[in-house]
Amino acid sequence: MANNAKTISASGVEPRGPKPRPMLSPRNIMIYGTLFIVAIYYALPLYVMVVTSLKGMPEIRLGNIFAPPVEVTFEPWVKAWAEACTGLNCNGLSQGFWNSVKILIPSAALSILIASINGYALANWKFKGSEVFFTILIFGAFVPYQVIIYPIVIILRELNLFGKLGGLVMVHVIFGMPILTLLFRNYFTSLPEELFKAARVDGAGFWGIYFRIMLPMSLPIFVVALILQVTGIWNDFLFGVIYTKPDNYPMTVQLNNIVNSVQGVKEYNVNMAATMLTGIVPLIIYFASGKLFVRGIAAGAVKG
Amino acid sequence: MTSVSIQNLDLNFGSVNVLKQLNLSIEEGEFLVLLGASGCGKSTLLNCIAGLLDVSDGQIFINGKNVTWAEPSERGIGMVFQSYALYPQMTVKGNLSFGLKNARMPKQEIEARVARAAEILQIEPLLDRKPGALSGGQRQRVAIGRALVRDVDVFLFDEPLSNLDAKLRAELRVEIKRLHQKLGNTMIYVTHDQVEAMTLADRIAIMRGGLVQQLASPDEIYNRPANKYVADFIGSPAMNFFEGQIDADGKFNVGKLTIDLKNYDFADGTAKGEHWLGYRPEHVVLGEAALSMPVHVEAVADIVEPMGSDTLIWTKIEGHDFRIRTDGQQKVAAGDRLVVGMDPRFASIFDKTTEERV
Repeated sequence: MANNAKTISASGVEPRGPKPRPMLSPRNIMIYGTLFIVAIYYALPLYVMVVTSLKGMPEIRLGNIFAPPVEVTFEPWVKAWAEACTGLNCNGLSQGFWNSVKILIPSAALSILIASINGYALANWKFKGSEVFFTILIFGAFVPYQVIIYPIVIILRELNLFGKLGGLVMVHVIFGMPILTLLFRNYFTSLPEELFKAARVDGAGFWGIYFRIMLPMSLPIFVVALILQVTGIWNDFLFGVIYTKPDNYPMTVQLNNIVNSVQGVKEYNVNMAATMLTGIVPLIIYFASGKLFVRGIAAGAVKG
Repeated sequence: MTSVSIQNLDLNFGSVNVLKQLNLSIEEGEFLVLLGASGCGKSTLLNCIAGLLDVSDGQIFINGKNVTWAEPSERGIGMVFQSYALYPQMTVKGNLSFGLKNARMPKQEIEARVARAAEILQIEPLLDRKPGALSGGQRQRVAIGRALVRDVDVFLFDEPLSNLDAKLRAELRVEIKRLHQKLGNTMIYVTHDQVEAMTLADRIAIMRGGLVQQLASPDEIYNRPANKYVADFIGSPAMNFFEGQIDADGKFNVGKLTIDLKNYDFADGTAKGEHWLGYRPEHVVLGEAALSMPVHVEAVADIVEPMGSDTLIWTKIEGHDFRIRTDGQQKVAAGDRLVVGMDPRFASIFDKTTEERV
């Protein structure tokens, strides 16, 4: 058998190097076929929206929703942004956009800042009762919003914040706290404890360790928190409609008012454009931070 | 002068007593190794000395000052961790100077100290690199440097070499010893590696279950272990044990084998009754020379493990497993009949119930 030791494969080629993998194997057909169908399923509505928003009303009335626009017009986008009517005023979504920005920036910044300090304290500076405190805080994540809407209305009224942007910001900051604190605590717990100990031996205090050691290592989790908060706060409708007045309505509430206000014809193209305009901010944040989302920062801190 | 003194130290995690009424006194310039299996409390003790853990009871003095309530940075200690714990976003220079900046030291002084530490540890070319771009050995050097720049009285090492490969570990071990000779600081070193303990220590404290089993020089611990646990823990391969009786004539009987203990150095001059007799594998004499030893017995080699420099032979004597370490040049094969020679002078005898040395 010694001279016959070479194994010959079915195709008559002596196996060597990487095993050949044919493109059209049943496995590949299954995988790519499924992916293709699922992709179409999700992409089709978006396609219809884009196409519809670029058509004029006469073309829409023909009813061919899948057909590409014969005559491309950006007029619905302009109208959605600047002219669409919500009730009495006809300023489009622009007012709502700036309101949303004014709500989003302080809410996201404050909630992330406070939650990261909370998480850091709970992970590294355990105090008597810190576990109980943490449990109660996490419990907050499971309380349905609807239950506490009315109590919050009363609290905001007593604080003289009802109907003002400041009140809404406060509500967003508080409601973001449980889940963000959990996020940060778990991240800081996962950082090597010896790093914290070394910094203490080196004489750094609570804030010194937070700003000089922990923050520079925490970019990934800050990005995660940012994505969560931006999407959550931007897309919020419930708090926006309840705790603000028409002048301060966020974009989502205005979008709802534009889409639902019935006066004469329903302008599908304007509605589609308005919806996409509203959804664009979370999308931008998501795509812009995707890289940071993945990148690990703690490399080289410990063994390896 | 006493450098570090620990008095009646207790530490409880909930209802678990990790350290129990521990007393320890370390001389200035001494190299003390805390040795023990995992979970014996050795790292906990080190963290207490560093001030990273609050003690439940007792006091800690460093250079005569009661530091029981002091912050880690106020205790005059530097610490080196097993995982190096370098700050990943700072350069080597940043890592070295972080503690000094926190102490608001003038810039010139910081520069001078960093330069000196870098020179001692030969890490000058690495000063502008980030820890991620260093090898394990270089990282550990930087970690030592971080303790060095702070010009502290006491160095604490928490298993600093455990993450390195065998060759590097041996190199850095020598380097730590050299550093100690050069600086003359007090050093407290935690390890589970008995080779590190034996080679580095002035004194070794062997810990078990939160208690110090024996505190003595490496020589004393190796030759005169205080109890059976220490005897079993120190030495590789481990000490052989016989279970038997000492009769009225001062002879140890195990099965048909009788060992005359007249040249054994009893603590109280004599002992009687049930005892353990321990004998180190490397003190066994084989072949012709064995016949001239006070005790000799025949045995059959079961398994032979050649290791180059020496050879380990597994046999059975009177029903007890018996390991022999012999010169690597001696050719022994499994199944060979051997004459095993022993000298009671090298034996260690422990009481059967208390397991204390007699």
